[in-house]
Amino acid sequence: MTAVLEIRGLRTWFETRRGTVKAVDGVDLTVRAGEVVGLVGESGSGKSVTGFSVLGLVDPPGRIVEGSIRLLGEELVGASPDRLRQLRGARMAMIFQDPMMTLNPVLRIDTQMMEAVRAHAVVSRREARERCLEALRRVGIPAPEERLRAYPHQLSGGMRQRVAIAIALLHRPPLVIADEPTTALDVTIQAQILYEIQELCAASGTALLWISHDLAVVSAIADRIAVMYAGRIVEEGPSEALLTRPHHPYTQGLLDSVPSRHRRGTRLRSIPGNAPPPLALPEGCAFRPRCARASRRCLREPELRATGAGRRVRCFHPLPDAAPVSA
Amino acid sequence: MSGLSVEARAESPLRRLVAEFVDSPSAVAGAVVLVLILAAALFAPWITPQNPYDLAQLDILDGNLPPGSAGLSGLTYWLGTDDQGRDMLSAILYGLRISLAVGAGSTLIALVVGSALGLAAAYYGGRFEGLVMRIVDLQLSFPAILVALILLAILGRGVDKVLIALVTVQWAYYARTVRGAALVEGAKEYVEAARCLALPDRRILFRHLLPNCLPPVIVVATVQVANAIALEATLSFLGVGVPITEPSLGLLIANGYEYLLSGQYWISFFPGVALVVTIVAINLVGDRLRDVLNPRLQR
Amino acid sequence: MLAYLIRRAMQAAVAVLVMAVLVFLGVYAVGDPVDILISPEADLAEIEEARRRLGLDRPLIEQFGIFLANALRGDLGRSFVHNEPALRLILERLPATLELAVAAMAIAILLGIPLGMLAGLRHDRPSGKAIMAGSILGFSLPNFWQGLMLIMLFAVILGWLPAGGRGETVPLFGVEVSFLTLNGLQHLLLPAVNLAIFKTALVIRLTRAGTREVMLQDYVKFARAKGLSERRVVLVHMLKNILIPVVTVLGLEFGSVVAFAVVTETVFAWPGMGKLLIDSILNLDRPVVVAYLMLIVLVFILVNFLVDVLYTLLDPRVRLAERHG
Repeated sequence: MTAVLEIRGLRTWFETRRGTVKAVDGVDLTVRAGEVVGLVGESGSGKSVTGFSVLGLVDPPGRIVEGSIRLLGEELVGASPDRLRQLRGARMAMIFQDPMMTLNPVLRIDTQMMEAVRAHAVVSRREARERCLEALRRVGIPAPEERLRAYPHQLSGGMRQRVAIAIALLHRPPLVIADEPTTALDVTIQAQILYEIQELCAASGTALLWISHDLAVVSAIADRIAVMYAGRIVEEGPSEALLTRPHHPYTQGLLDSVPSRHRRGTRLRSIPGNAPPPLALPEGCAFRPRCARASRRCLREPELRATGAGRRVRCFHPLPDAAPVSA
Repeated sequence: MSGLSVEARAESPLRRLVAEFVDSPSAVAGAVVLVLILAAALFAPWITPQNPYDLAQLDILDGNLPPGSAGLSGLTYWLGTDDQGRDMLSAILYGLRISLAVGAGSTLIALVVGSALGLAAAYYGGRFEGLVMRIVDLQLSFPAILVALILLAILGRGVDKVLIALVTVQWAYYARTVRGAALVEGAKEYVEAARCLALPDRRILFRHLLPNCLPPVIVVATVQVANAIALEATLSFLGVGVPITEPSLGLLIANGYEYLLSGQYWISFFPGVALVVTIVAINLVGDRLRDVLNPRLQR
Repeated sequence: MLAYLIRRAMQAAVAVLVMAVLVFLGVYAVGDPVDILISPEADLAEIEEARRRLGLDRPLIEQFGIFLANALRGDLGRSFVHNEPALRLILERLPATLELAVAAMAIAILLGIPLGMLAGLRHDRPSGKAIMAGSILGFSLPNFWQGLMLIMLFAVILGWLPAGGRGETVPLFGVEVSFLTLNGLQHLLLPAVNLAIFKTALVIRLTRAGTREVMLQDYVKFARAKGLSERRVVLVHMLKNILIPVVTVLGLEFGSVVAFAVVTETVFAWPGMGKLLIDSILNLDRPVVVAYLMLIVLVFILVNFLVDVLYTLLDPRVRLAERHG
């Protein structure tokens, strides 16, 4: 399989008055065609900034200071703003977290969809409209003609997210980045939307980078999972292996705090302590202060190293492969 | 880092405010200029070269001299003279006294009246509150200059009339601010507790509610002092403000207006500069005070 | 929508009535109305005659009825100075003031919105900060002083533009206007700019705040993620959201522009109703003052009403809530 997205050594920093926030600090990540990759981390871990870095939409004062992002082999870091604009929506699309906020409240759905069609295709208004209708049908929106004439606030949250998904998939992009697209929805709708995105991407061979804080959601759809902590990827591997035999203590901690069928009957535990303040990251391994396995070695920065079978971990004291899932 | 902030918290609040205020160079510059202006206005009778309203000291032959001219009495008029032969520097410093006194005085009276009404409205609620706030809303929906003009049209000219007009247009801001702050504060548990203890109204109002309303009131007041000075100047410029016998900066500007067109700019220009510098200095200080006193605005 | 309009119109009518009561109380009931309504030069017999004619010997409530009936017929007294009906005098001057106010609003919008958006988009760069500093100065310096400086610079020192007066006018739909002749335009420019400074500063502030708020919204990011051009993101997605609050506030400010024209008209000797008001106050010509007051109250209430309607048309959320509610 060829790589749709290849991120190498990405650093996206925010220069603030009180110091530099290294939101993303050396991330390597590959998403192959048709693959679903889950990017998991707590809020502030840099997972969303990674997604926005790919699209070239990091808000100032944030800025990509180093690294490479290749989309279908084309370098995006340092690409012209116009080139990035051409790629956004056509080759890569994004679905946002809160459907209440992603659609412009003062523009009708047809305006917002048709401008997306015509940003990348020279078509008549009539044809643009046809494409919008088709896209809405594809995401299962009933009476699409009527919906097109509506304003966003006239639609339910689930319906709005479907519209956003339809817009993202309009040009059948090879890569879709989904930034917690189900978090803000009702629980009953969540599973539905989750399933639909997965189906639609599978049908069109679209690679999906699914960003979430919720390991349970990601485990349901991802082929591979990368876990982020304090701007770095601390563990990466095939979903099944990573979820059943985590190597990094942080992944272990996340799993322990999520109810799972793998470990029925065990107590849920939270990770002690809090995520480190972004302006005062601990020296060495950022997880060290919260880690039961930390030693003096951890005062140095561990490298991300391969541990076999497509797995990598950034830890001096990884959990052994055969370790019991819960101590 | 954390050790520092603990220390900072141990300092007195006033000292912390001063320290934060001094952080802004423009605010410090504004404060220094303001102090100089206040001192100049306060000590005007002792530092001005002449008393501009003692006719015996004026010489009509010195009229309309440009800045830097020497007068018949040997006095140098650094900012020129007006048509009466009055030294503009002296006239400006005397005018500052009136402008500042009217501006600050009206703000102070409006602050007391407005705060009292706002506090009472918040505390007693009901019909009284409804009435006060209706009047506030109604009045604030019209521009201050219009309300002041109408009042002065009915009352006539005079320093006291201008004061009344300025107080009338300002009190509503304080009433609204204090009521808002008092409602927020009054909803807190300690006020509830004080009421349960059957403390007298007076004590709850003045010991508990009022001090908590002070920061927003101070912020409003600094903005309002500048506005009041500007409004007084405008009214006097229009000829409906202070009388000719007690000319403020606005009236000085109006007096020089006819000469402005013939190129004798200094009679209007320098009082205007004094007015503008005063207003800008107050605004610089006020802006910083607002940032310092309102923690929510800090980034 | 129609029901909504009718309801708002009725609210406006009630507001006018309330203001009429206040004006009546202010002018008729406080102090001796004869002082206000009759020339100070009148002798005793004339005053007695006037009292009867004005019905001042009757109960207050009846007097209010007479005042209201006269006002409804457009009779707000006669000017002592011009010996003309006060209302007609004011209405004659109204077009000049409206022309000035509309020109000032146009300048404020055309200058303020682009500058405000620029200041918002570049809030951390020197250009953005310079715009804000200018707007703070425009806000805090007295309007008449700004006018004097405009005259000093452009009329006295540079000699480019006239210092005052209205210049040549031509009739447009039966109303004399300045902006269609070059001479009139030259006379209009400085006072219009002077009157616009305050509102421009206000528009810059509002637009900048709106821009900074809107530019962080997800829908702006999503619009960019769709691959829209920066032009379309700013001019359609951002501008439309910014305009709603700005237009609302600006519309409400129209009344205050008309009121502030009092100062500008005096500085530039612009023959509008604001200058008439100041002249009337100085000449103790009180019927004109009363007429001005009633008219400006009407303008304020009318403006509020129109802004509400406009707001409803602009914001689909309000529009639909009203329709359904």
